[in-house]
Amino acid sequence: MTDPTYSYTVKSMASERIVYMDHSATTYVRKEVLDAMNPYHAEHFGNPSSIYRIARDSKKAIDAAREQVAAALGASPDECYFTSGGSESDNWAIKGIAYANRKRGNHIITSKIEHHAVLHTCLYLEKEGFNVTYLPVDRYGLVDPADLERAITDKTCLISIMYANNEIGTIEPIAELGAIARKHKIPFHTDAVQAIGNVRIDVNAQNIDLLSLSAHKFYGPKGVGVLYVRKGIPIDNLIHGGGQERRRRAGTENIAGIVGLGKAIELATADIEGHNRKIRTLRDRLMQGILSTIPHARPNGHPERRLPGNINISFEFIEGESILLWLDEEGICASTGSACTSGSLEPSHVLLATGLPVEVSHGSLRLTLGDVNTEEDVDFVLSVLPKVVSRLREMSPLYNRKEGGGNVQ
Amino acid sequence: MYSDTVMDHFRNPRNVGEIGNADGVGEVGNPVCGDIMKIFLSIKDNIVTDAKFKTFGCGAAIASSSMATELVRGKTLEDAWELSNKAVAEALDGLPPVKMHCSVLAEEGIHMAINDYRKKQGLEPWVEKHPHSPDEDEGRTCQH
Repeated sequence: MTDPTYSYTVKSMASERIVYMDHSATTYVRKEVLDAMNPYHAEHFGNPSSIYRIARDSKKAIDAAREQVAAALGASPDECYFTSGGSESDNWAIKGIAYANRKRGNHIITSKIEHHAVLHTCLYLEKEGFNVTYLPVDRYGLVDPADLERAITDKTCLISIMYANNEIGTIEPIAELGAIARKHKIPFHTDAVQAIGNVRIDVNAQNIDLLSLSAHKFYGPKGVGVLYVRKGIPIDNLIHGGGQERRRRAGTENIAGIVGLGKAIELATADIEGHNRKIRTLRDRLMQGILSTIPHARPNGHPERRLPGNINISFEFIEGESILLWLDEEGICASTGSACTSGSLEPSHVLLATGLPVEVSHGSLRLTLGDVNTEEDVDFVLSVLPKVVSRLREMSPLYNRKEGGGNVQ
Repeated sequence: MYSDTVMDHFRNPRNVGEIGNADGVGEVGNPVCGDIMKIFLSIKDNIVTDAKFKTFGCGAAIASSSMATELVRGKTLEDAWELSNKAVAEALDGLPPVKMHCSVLAEEGIHMAINDYRKKQGLEPWVEKHPHSPDEDEGRTCQH
């Protein structure tokens, strides 16, 4: 608990202890980021499209943020376009390239484990006459570059593979996948929403043509993101209107949000190795603690090639929502791939794509650690979780069966 | 998202467990769908003298099992059979629309346990008067 902003916002909601382990869902806004944003609400409020001095201040602030983003990605500032967030960036990249590149062909390649912002956009384009190949993944969630190469046809107009998976944390071989796309001269997009601050990104070295990111995943504000578009890649507009963002994305700029994003990405990428080391150490201890105290638990995702803060684990014989409700009772914020919290019938498409049986997918728990988590947080979760799991198993007809029957009461 | 009554029955479920040599047992649901309820009934002189459950499922599934077993205890078999999923949901002060199928499972589990008893007694199983259709809870009922 080192950040004063966090302790204010979260501690004040409840008198008891809150352990936040859902950083892949969203993060709090860092104090330095809030401070950077504050003057751009009431003080420097000018519309950057106007010509007077206070408008020029806004323009300068946006330019500075664009440089911060470019530095973090190894890109040039005029290749970075501000958007309303990850979903808009994914929609724009996929629809914009598909339509601009339609003459080349109507075939898109993506993976089965993408975020819904990518998958549902592809489903929409299928209705519009595009054909989409959804590449499989192995049991760890990795896309095989050979599968990508085999899927390419002379009609392929776009390849979109996520940098790191939001549920199981698996980091894809992006540079390798990008090199295959480059070899075939096909635009390569990556949804890097979960990767920023956790992985060193260089759009040139990693052969990335388009990249989506969102500020609220790396201690910036919600409602602001970026689409990186390599110079010379033709892309249709998604939002039509005024001439903002070099006529590529209309709408008066979210100045405070953009300033916040710039500051947040600068801080998030200043010491990626140090951040990783700290969080990975906590994560590994939590993971080992869970596996050594709870039987019938299966880790999901790749053992090494994964986001430093991500734990995804399936507890057999129990269901994820009831785990979350009990953890919430204890002040622990987490998430699950169970169908019961998604409002749909099927559990996580990501877990199913890794080959996990449906019934085991229902019992998955995702804990994602971040900057605020401490040794004490890990100890607390380790003191609570085994009790929650065994309590739910005691009332599960599946567990009793597995253990050979008999009356538990 | 859940009422206080649902949360109370989730946190402190009544009648968890099994009844050895139960007079009627019903198991409904499927692990693939994410919920299974197993209902155990003791029946004496046409009265449900004890009811217990084991459930794999979400908060609403556990609370529905707990409430349904509470509601049938002490009832005649005829009255227990009349317990509807809506009555279970109402007793819980409501369930979110996507969770209504949990109350349906509870009703079906009780019915299956009663008919298991009737079959063991050499009686004709009762026929569902109002069978539940997969569409009634916004199509959220699992088809597995």
